[in-house]
Amino acid sequence: MHPALQGIITILVGVGGCVGYFYLSNQFLDKVLCPPRGKNAGRNINRANIIRPWLFLLPAILALSIYLAYPVIETLRLSLTKRSTLPDGSTAYAWAGLDNYRQMMKEPKFWEALKNNAMWLAVVPALATGFGLLAAQLTDRLKWGNIAKSLIFMPMAISFVGAAVIFKLVYDMRPIEQEQIGILNALYLNFGGEAPIAWLTTPFWNSFLLMAVLVWIQTGFAMVILSAALRGIPEETIEAAIVDGANPFQVFFKIKVPQIKGTIMVVWTTITIVVLKVFDIVFAMTNGQWETQVLANYMYDKLFRSNDWGVGSASAMVIMLLVTPILVWNVRNARREME
Amino acid sequence: MANLKMTGIAKSYGDVSVLEDINLEIKTGELIVFVGPSGCGKSTLLRMVAGLEKITAGELEIDGVVVNNIPPAERGIAMVFQSYALYPHMTVRENMSFALKLAKKSKEEIEAAVSKVAKILQLEDYLDRLPKALSGGQRQRVAIGRSIVRNPKVYLFDEPLSNLDAALRVATRIEIAQLKESMPESTMIYVTHDQVEAMTLATRIVVLANKGIAQVGTPLELYERPENEFVARFIGSPAMNLWPGEVVATGAQTKVQLADGCEALSNVPTTEADMGLKVKVGVRPEDLRATEGTPVFTGKVDFTELLGELTQIYFDATAGEHVIAKLPGIVHGLRGQNIRLAANPEKVHLFADGRSLLYR
Ligand SMILES: Nc1ncnc2c1ncn2[C@@H]1O[C@H](COP(=O)(O)OP(=O)(O)OP(=O)(O)O)[C@@H](O)[C@H]1O
Ligand SMILES: [Mg+2]
Repeated sequence: MHPALQGIITILVGVGGCVGYFYLSNQFLDKVLCPPRGKNAGRNINRANIIRPWLFLLPAILALSIYLAYPVIETLRLSLTKRSTLPDGSTAYAWAGLDNYRQMMKEPKFWEALKNNAMWLAVVPALATGFGLLAAQLTDRLKWGNIAKSLIFMPMAISFVGAAVIFKLVYDMRPIEQEQIGILNALYLNFGGEAPIAWLTTPFWNSFLLMAVLVWIQTGFAMVILSAALRGIPEETIEAAIVDGANPFQVFFKIKVPQIKGTIMVVWTTITIVVLKVFDIVFAMTNGQWETQVLANYMYDKLFRSNDWGVGSASAMVIMLLVTPILVWNVRNARREME
Repeated sequence: MANLKMTGIAKSYGDVSVLEDINLEIKTGELIVFVGPSGCGKSTLLRMVAGLEKITAGELEIDGVVVNNIPPAERGIAMVFQSYALYPHMTVRENMSFALKLAKKSKEEIEAAVSKVAKILQLEDYLDRLPKALSGGQRQRVAIGRSIVRNPKVYLFDEPLSNLDAALRVATRIEIAQLKESMPESTMIYVTHDQVEAMTLATRIVVLANKGIAQVGTPLELYERPENEFVARFIGSPAMNLWPGEVVATGAQTKVQLADGCEALSNVPTTEADMGLKVKVGVRPEDLRATEGTPVFTGKVDFTELLGELTQIYFDATAGEHVIAKLPGIVHGLRGQNIRLAANPEKVHLFADGRSLLYR
């Protein structure tokens, strides 16, 4: 069967299955289990309303426990064991305590990854949120703002790998005697650069070139959320500020931004989590060479290239430990926003 | 301290004209109330004065200076919004000092101004609270305080009391009246839907309708001598009763023949030329009295409302709107009866083509 056809069928079955499940289970609840009729009608309605949320949550809870809770526990176990292949071809696991973690700490690549992740954390959420906020504010005031918005949002629809490939072309280098197909080198030469630069293999700055890809993608996300938040600000508070004598900058920074601070934090932390997990971009563009390693790619290296399940799982645990507090805080914030 | 002058002011949104040719002079110390049906452009006019809305045509002067193109902050105005528009992320103190901070006033100056106003408005205990921790009435006072702190030349209020409950409304209305008294030099423009607010607060009322000013005058002028049918029906509640008729006798007093053998005598003077003129006779519900003689109106009572101080009676509405009369005190057993009503000639208004004969 043609893969596209296969894809479409999968989508249909999946979506149809979901709709069917929700519809039928809801019908079952209302018609069979707790019909709002007879002498217990009132009690039945109350019961149905108590059961309904669980009914609807059930698939998600099941999926989450199979695909999230179980892997976490299994990873934790793997990170504490040593896996070896016996001569007869079978695998054996031996309790290793914190050995895997100790070994990881001794590896310079791990520390490089940690340092780079920290750098990503400092740069990407700030830039993406900042640009997103700027774009949200500016596009709201333009006639063709919606078109601009769609353009800025578009990268969100591109997979990280796709974006990485696009930017690999942007950073591409050809020998000086050839035409440059990478726009960065083309510009560089045009503005007086002597020789094309192999951007991605130039340590330190190459990390920032990778970050640019994620910023490019996440700005759209930040913009959409923040633009909605900006629209939610009561117009009268802005007018009151104008009457009070605030100039546009003061209106923006002293009236608008503080009022959407909660949303800004949610966007910021959401992007922070994406950054902590960043893998595809680094994998596709440099694969962690030239000092661009990040934790997720390090984990992949260990787990699937070196087949070192112990250290690989240990690094996965490190990523999870870093993400969790931010995630908790993010969810709390989002909840508070909704109140 | 400010005189305001509007000359030929108009406003349109694209092709849609909202206000046309507004001419109005407001003197220092006046409290002008804009009233009018919903959507007639009261807020729009107020916002044009504030500078939040561009003036499409005409000139707006404040103290002799044309301010059409002067930004709001430099017009010397302060505005109190219907929703209060407090800055939710600032404490009461910060809310009140925001404008002064922007104006780069010294710390001491700001502190002094804020605490003075807080004292007047009894907000001292709430200065460090956020708006969300205040009641509606307190928020309202903060909004007013925020405008007073700046010591503006002109205060603009857009339905400031409409979000308050009835009791608080009355209390705050009185506070505003007292505030106005304590600042006799300040000029205020006040938009409201509420008749009582308009009647009690205004030095002059501006009735807006049909894209223009229907009448400007003191509350009593508007009540006693409405210029046209619109104002006659808009001011006063329930609205004035109107009956079509024909002038049959002219002079210092005018006699109008009405349907059903009723007739009305009015103190509005007319001339010979008015004989046979088709007019509308207007009498307010509170000016109608039961009579044995020739009535201006007679009909069957549809239902009654006993309000204690008075009894409101509604007549058969088969021929259009209910005719309404207010009789003093409590009157029982009127329902279903035929009643004859008369009115003092002094209180009988005459309109031709929608305009009062008084203003010809
Ligand atoms: N941005 C706009 N574009 C087009 N028409 C508008 C706009 N703003 C207001 N209008 C129209 O202008 C008219 C006057 O509006 P305005 O808000 O001044 O009425 P209002 O008298 O304050 O009414 P209300 O008593 O309900 O507050 C309305 O008919 C409204 O539809
Ligand atoms: Mg309005």
